[in-house]
Amino acid sequence: MVQLGTNGNSHLIAARDVAKTYRRGSEELHVLQGVNLAVDKGEFVAFMGPSGSGKTTLLNLLGGLDVPSAGSITVAGDEISRLSRAKLTAWRARHVGFVFQMYNLIPVLSAFRNIELPLLLSPLSGADRRQHVQTVLKVVGLEGRADHKPRELSGGQQQRVAIARAIVADPTFLLCDEPTGDLDRRSADEILDLLERLVSELGKTILMVTHDPRAAERAHATLHLDKGVLTN
Amino acid sequence: MKFLPLLFANLTRRKVRTTLTLGSFAVALFLFCLLVTIRAAFNSGIDAAGADRMLVINKVSLIQPLPIAYREKLQRVPGVQDLTYANWFGGVYQDEKNFFAQFAIDADTYRTVYSEFIVPPDQWQAFLADKQGAVIGKATADRYGFKIGDRVPLKGGGFPGDWEFNVRGIYTARRPSDDLTQFWFRWDYLKEKAPPWFANQVGWYTVRIAPGSDAVKVAKSIDEIFANSAWETRTQTESAFMASFAEQMGNVEFLMIAIGSVVFFTLLLVTGNTMATSVRERTGELAILKTVGFTDASVLALVMIESVLLAAIGGALGIAAGKGFTLLGDPTKGMLVAFYLPASGVAAGAALSLSVGVIAGLLPALTAMRLQVVDALRRL
Repeated sequence: MVQLGTNGNSHLIAARDVAKTYRRGSEELHVLQGVNLAVDKGEFVAFMGPSGSGKTTLLNLLGGLDVPSAGSITVAGDEISRLSRAKLTAWRARHVGFVFQMYNLIPVLSAFRNIELPLLLSPLSGADRRQHVQTVLKVVGLEGRADHKPRELSGGQQQRVAIARAIVADPTFLLCDEPTGDLDRRSADEILDLLERLVSELGKTILMVTHDPRAAERAHATLHLDKGVLTN
Repeated sequence: MKFLPLLFANLTRRKVRTTLTLGSFAVALFLFCLLVTIRAAFNSGIDAAGADRMLVINKVSLIQPLPIAYREKLQRVPGVQDLTYANWFGGVYQDEKNFFAQFAIDADTYRTVYSEFIVPPDQWQAFLADKQGAVIGKATADRYGFKIGDRVPLKGGGFPGDWEFNVRGIYTARRPSDDLTQFWFRWDYLKEKAPPWFANQVGWYTVRIAPGSDAVKVAKSIDEIFANSAWETRTQTESAFMASFAEQMGNVEFLMIAIGSVVFFTLLLVTGNTMATSVRERTGELAILKTVGFTDASVLALVMIESVLLAAIGGALGIAAGKGFTLLGDPTKGMLVAFYLPASGVAAGAALSLSVGVIAGLLPALTAMRLQVVDALRRL
């Protein structure tokens, strides 16, 4: 269930009265205001809105990349808005998988090594890491591309590698910031198919920012942001 | 270990830049090793000097002789355990460029005082049995291809005439700092063939003091005995003598520190620039690492290790090249009595490399550590 308000602590992700303000010189920019949101496990939620409406900022707050100026964010029972920078980093490693519009792969590493990155922080052995990476490579359909560098892959394939990297550590939820924004229609559809499968077959929870109405159609619910305010 | 692929990939992402930085390191460390080697060569006399040995020379100067008659008086000085004497010969082998030190030594006592030199017993016996015999250091023997039984002609310098010697032995030594370039022949042969003015003169005495004796006191006693005589003496420890001898060659220590400092700061700038550029180029990647859960400390460590790894590889290449070069032998053909890179020099080179790696990597690593993920992602 996705809702704009919250009712208790039973939701996987719950944002309460979240606001984010940036200071530019003497001017204060209110990027997000009074955001209330609840997302349950297994949901696929799309956020839409014009540029500058605060979509990416909201995603950054939910993913623990930034902290709100006011309000609280709770994920799987953890109140993350009050965690220290170091604890937030550790929390992020355990709970969040990120997918970006420009893939953001490390160009000098092979697909395998890129996907392995989050696992380097875990106590897993080399053999276990290899097994995890091979499993997710199969999930994203890139078994034969493990040794390819990003530049040797198409945009769609690079985004699959990015998705594989996002899911390899089995995070609590995925945050996708315009995952199809840099892809042609066909590749975009393939990525959206993959995200849908992650939700329907693997029970993943996905929060996705998009400008593309066709991408938003794939989500279970679409929320709109306008001037920092979240609406249905 | 699991971070090695990431470190290696980062180091090899700009191959030309990495190669140039490694090259700078290697050349600088090679130069450093060469300086250390030259310094060691200049100081080899000091390093090799026996802690219990003292040199008794003419107070006026080293080139002034002392009477052979001093031998008995010196032996009676309390604290003197052993004694030997020698003369500088200064002969020329074929060409003036072929320099090696020749000493006329007292065959009966020389090796008792200079026990670090090793001569096979049969070769030493052959030397004692042949008045024209000579024992040559291995370095000089190798350089000129002298073998046992060879006849070596020398044109006299201070002692005119043509002199001929039979190679009866080749000596080695226990420590790398020991001088293997000397040419020893018998003092009694010099006395026999030298002009009449030389009769009963020696160049200097070397005394070995008894264990527990006070070197300063012994030196004072010796110089007091010969005070106000025609040949006054100056007695000093062998290491002090060697140090003053080395000083005559110029302030090598200062030269080394000056060049070493330039090398250090140049390396610092080169490596610092490489690391700073590398980190600046990778702002987005570092942000991604932090996004997926790398802590500030681990990002700092990654950049630091990368910098230290670069320094270690470059330094190792330079030190290996330096060591290899010194193993080829003295390029000055005998000007440097001991041409070797001491272990302390290798350690100093390694420490220098690692220090540069740490210092050069610190600022870029701190920049990487302080990187704000959201700001960095926004710039991508």
